[in-house]
Amino acid sequence: MDLTLHVWRQSGPKDKGKLETYPAKGISPDMSFLEMLDEVNEELIKTGKSPIVFDHDCREGICGMCSQTINGKAHGGQDRTTVCQLHMRSFKDGDEIFIEPWRARAFPVIKDLIVDRTALDTIMQAGGYTSCHTGGVPDGNAHPIGKPVADYAMDAAECIGCGACVAGCPNSSAMLFTSAKVAQLAVLPQGKHEAMARVMNMTDTMQAAGFGNCTNHLECEASCPKGVSVKFIAKLNREYMKALVS
Amino acid sequence: MHLIQSTVGRKILMAVTGLLLVGFVTIHLLGNLSVFAGPDGINAYAVKLHSLGALVWVFRAAILALFVVHITFGVMLSMENSTATPSNYAIKSRMKTTFSSESMLYTGLILLAFLIYHLLHFTVQITNPEISAGTLPLDAAMRPDVFSMMVLSFQKVFISLVYIVGMIALFLHLSHGLSSFVQTFGLNNGPSLEKVTLGGKLVAVGFLLAYVAIPVLILARFVNI
Ligand code: HEM
Ligand code: SF4
Ligand code: FES
Repeated sequence: MDLTLHVWRQSGPKDKGKLETYPAKGISPDMSFLEMLDEVNEELIKTGKSPIVFDHDCREGICGMCSQTINGKAHGGQDRTTVCQLHMRSFKDGDEIFIEPWRARAFPVIKDLIVDRTALDTIMQAGGYTSCHTGGVPDGNAHPIGKPVADYAMDAAECIGCGACVAGCPNSSAMLFTSAKVAQLAVLPQGKHEAMARVMNMTDTMQAAGFGNCTNHLECEASCPKGVSVKFIAKLNREYMKALVS
Repeated sequence: MHLIQSTVGRKILMAVTGLLLVGFVTIHLLGNLSVFAGPDGINAYAVKLHSLGALVWVFRAAILALFVVHITFGVMLSMENSTATPSNYAIKSRMKTTFSSESMLYTGLILLAFLIYHLLHFTVQITNPEISAGTLPLDAAMRPDVFSMMVLSFQKVFISLVYIVGMIALFLHLSHGLSSFVQTFGLNNGPSLEKVTLGGKLVAVGFLLAYVAIPVLILARFVNI
């Protein structure tokens, strides 16, 4: 298939950046979106142009590195699909495709499609952990956890930290990302002790890092490649209220 | 205080004040609908309301406080959100965001403008003094004639239009606001959200139809002096 790409090119954080148009010819529908970009880059290199710079690592939908807004949708908008797992068969021959980086003040562009997502790490550092003594491996059944609770925590732990929720959110809020960790740890015995400080510190850090405030557009849930539910934001709100009154 | 600085705390304040304002809007609607019972409905209601004396002012002060908190944080949060989103996408397609959720600040500001007009019109009575209850003769039972003031006002297309536009803004605001506060209060277990969203929209439609019925039915001469 032959496509026309409109790709965001920005030489560095200070550059203004603009959309450039490139043809993508002879693309196989079985290629992933990133493989298609690899092909385009080969052509760019052959003609002496600088290749399109984009983030990726595992290419199997688990690392959260790939980060592209395709036709205005984070990760292309396909249900539970990262860019690396998006395949060209979901496009038609002759399509025009717009490829832009995540856009948010908290995610400055480093180059082309790569943005700096350190702000998400900063939120994690503010409470996305449990303080426990290390040592020997604890006994597997030392902390019995019911199946529904374990499932709930695992659903929240599905977050791969990609930042699509921020990219999709009209307010650039990182509430879904933050709430996934707050909710996951709040229901587990290991995380309960620090639950109150965690919700306060993580939400304050989110705010200080320049993310917006959640106004329940629910765009994050639709953008999330892992299907992380906004019920975790509701849980975060409950945790916040608990922390506030205690 | 953490509540008034936090990203979550301020959202909760918006939700609490928003919900209380919905309570006010509900009571106000029930009172207004007594216009359909004729002068003995609304004029008697107005007399009863004013007989509360000082309590009326307590009520007004409380509502003013609710508005001040709601509007202050609404504007503050909206401004922060637009700074957090500086450069816009060349193409942005929304998957779940609705027109009503994106226009909360604007529908809110239209409501505020409407509210000011509404107070000048019916409470201070300076926009159309010739047909205000303060200048009209008392009704048969010697009560201020609120009924005639409403009927004569809404017979004017302009005034009716202002109220209809105001109520459309309320409808849009509540289409998002009603389900939004449920989520803000943490009352969403996942599957319930869809029903809550639908329920919120239906209640918003209910408010729209009930409120707009007043100017529309008067304009259509369905209700007459
Ligand atoms: C009759 C008057 C009003 C009622 C009944 C009302 C009700 C509500 C409700 C229930 C919410 C949802 C709270 C939440 O997100 O949890 C809300 C949000 C909001 N309101 Fe109002 N409101 C009114 C007037 C206003 C006015 C005058 C403004 C002026 C700026 C305003 C601005 C906002 C904004 C910006 C939000 C967005 C917050 C969000 O989406 O989370 N509102 N309102
Ligand atoms: S919640 Fe979803 S969209 Fe947000 S960072 Fe985690 S995986 Fe990505
Ligand atoms: S490259 Fe790892 S999730 Fe896409």
